[in-house]
Amino acid sequence: MKFKFKDRERADELVQLINRRVPDRRIKIVHVCGTHEVAITENGLRSLLPDRIDIREGPGCPVCVTPTSDLDAALKLAERGAIITAFGDMMNVPGTAKSLNELKSEGADVRLVYSVSEGAKIAENTEKQVVFLGVGFETTTPMTAAILKDDPPENFSILPSNKLIPPAMKSLLELPDNDIDGFIAPGHVSTIIGVRPYESLAEEYGVPIVVGGFEPLDILYALALIMNQISNSDPKAENGYNRAVDYEGNPKSKKLIKEVFKETDATWRGIGTIPNSGLTLNRNYEEWNALNRFEVEPEEGIEEPPNCLCPQVITARATPGECELFKEKCTPSSPYGPCMVGEEAMCNIWYRYGGRPKL
Amino acid sequence: MNNPEEETVQLTHGAGGRAMGELLEKHVLNTFTRKSAGEIGLDQLDDGATIDLPGEGTLVLTTDSHVVKPLFFPGGDIGKLAVCGTVNDLAVMGADPIALTSSLIVEEGFPIKKLDRVMASMEETSAESGIPIITGDTKVLEKGDMDGLAINTAGIGLADKPISDAGMNPGDKVILTGTIGDHGMALMQYREGLSFKTELKSDIAPLNSLLRSASESGDITAMKDPTRGGIAAALNEMAQKSNLGLTIKEELVSVREAVSGIAELIGISPYEVANEGKAIITARAETAREIVEGLRGHPLGRNARIIGEINQERPGKVIMETEIGGRRFLEAPLGDPVPRIC
Repeated sequence: MKFKFKDRERADELVQLINRRVPDRRIKIVHVCGTHEVAITENGLRSLLPDRIDIREGPGCPVCVTPTSDLDAALKLAERGAIITAFGDMMNVPGTAKSLNELKSEGADVRLVYSVSEGAKIAENTEKQVVFLGVGFETTTPMTAAILKDDPPENFSILPSNKLIPPAMKSLLELPDNDIDGFIAPGHVSTIIGVRPYESLAEEYGVPIVVGGFEPLDILYALALIMNQISNSDPKAENGYNRAVDYEGNPKSKKLIKEVFKETDATWRGIGTIPNSGLTLNRNYEEWNALNRFEVEPEEGIEEPPNCLCPQVITARATPGECELFKEKCTPSSPYGPCMVGEEAMCNIWYRYGGRPKL
Repeated sequence: MNNPEEETVQLTHGAGGRAMGELLEKHVLNTFTRKSAGEIGLDQLDDGATIDLPGEGTLVLTTDSHVVKPLFFPGGDIGKLAVCGTVNDLAVMGADPIALTSSLIVEEGFPIKKLDRVMASMEETSAESGIPIITGDTKVLEKGDMDGLAINTAGIGLADKPISDAGMNPGDKVILTGTIGDHGMALMQYREGLSFKTELKSDIAPLNSLLRSASESGDITAMKDPTRGGIAAALNEMAQKSNLGLTIKEELVSVREAVSGIAELIGISPYEVANEGKAIITARAETAREIVEGLRGHPLGRNARIIGEINQERPGKVIMETEIGGRRFLEAPLGDPVPRIC
């Protein structure tokens, strides 16, 4: 299987196709997924493409875009004696005063989990309140919905920080200095939401949006489809990952999300507030919202100015290489900004896989 | 984020990667002032040091502490590791090992039966490599002061011409003696509690006879055993120390299916985990083929291959040509992702 997707001849064919279609000017392609960035960097795909194609990662790392206000709320809950459960790379993301890891070293009960169900399981075995820090895009949300629908332990609750990808893509398109020529839409998220939610974006902004898979050939194929649309002046939403993504998405997961969550404005670290870009628990599930249960008012967090280009990197307006701290002062073991903390973020991935625009 | 007053030693500081290099540089090498007794000393951070014996050749001295978890793992145990680790450090310095020491540090309550198994394994590996264990030391610590058993071994060997890990020249070929990641991933599948078990075993083996046959068949310019941090750490170290560039081809690096399977599952690259029975060899292009043939004639070198070459393209860096034809830097890992592996 593995080699099928790493076929060099097929890759050459796709690269030639891309070369034939790419217009004679700088073309900026943005994807919004850490797994895409890993595949692009690990396989050295940028070096196969003409210089004028510039591929960047947008806000594709859920950990990185979680705002300080949500972390601060989690810290408050921990101080009130709740067990906080969170994904591993959330642990080092700084809140206003400290990170979850720092809080843990001060004695708070903060536990690393791999899924929301693990958090619920912890609740089953304790009298204490257990809060799951619900971070993630459309991919992880159905799982949280399923747990809440399935009669979870009474001492379990969610701090909802779930986010939606299409509004984030829209916000990037609205930045005046962000001339995006095409999006590779995330394969995982699209298995849930399908291709239709990208239609209006493609139409309104005249930008090609192609859902891409995660093997090197998948990504080259998505790029070829984008170049095709550009050269035909026919921007639209298109599925380049048919073997996994249905145009309408996964109806069961979509229904689950709708039953449990409702859309809300959300703050994205490094971007700001984006209308209707987050999910919170709807009326029927309010009691599982940790903020309600502990009567915690989320306060505007203070973001330590990272003194780095993270906000620009997250919005695809800079690459890690343009930041003078990258690799010199900013490393995964002593990160400046969230782009180096989250394992799905561009700085962290470039650090690990030796990413460069060209080599 | 870092307050120097509150800094503590972290696991990554012992993991053979960049963090460890920084710790040694700042806190060890800068403190000691008398650091050599021959051409290769502490500052070189090579696999061992050299002591000149005029007229007799060069004595090579090395030491290694072994703290693997679990003590018994698929393909070996801490006893075999303690012997192989030191024998291999001598062998990659181009030395014929002469003798080893063995220092045991044991936790109170450690079962004698297990100790016997470990000692039998040391004996077996000593016999396999032909290297005697000639002196030692034993300490027992109170229960809870350590975890089970740690073994330190030191070794001496004699070299006609010591081989450093930085002696290569532009144009040299890079040879890898076999598959990568077997040791690290064999331990990983145990550690992670993966629900399936593979047939994967550690590649642990004494390399002295393999590397002797290699040096007899060609002109070796540098050698290194890619233990902690895997070949990513070892190749980068070689590039940095020599200030030359290395280019390797991903398709030429052999990875067992079980290793790539586990790697994909847990998201850790086989390039970044330890090997305990492999060597990276650089050799003049004219003799590289013969060396590979020589290696392949040995049971431990059957998968030996030329994987790349030395150049001056990006001094101090390792470039990987990916299977699909792309190019990227192969970075040194921050540290080995698996603590306590060797």
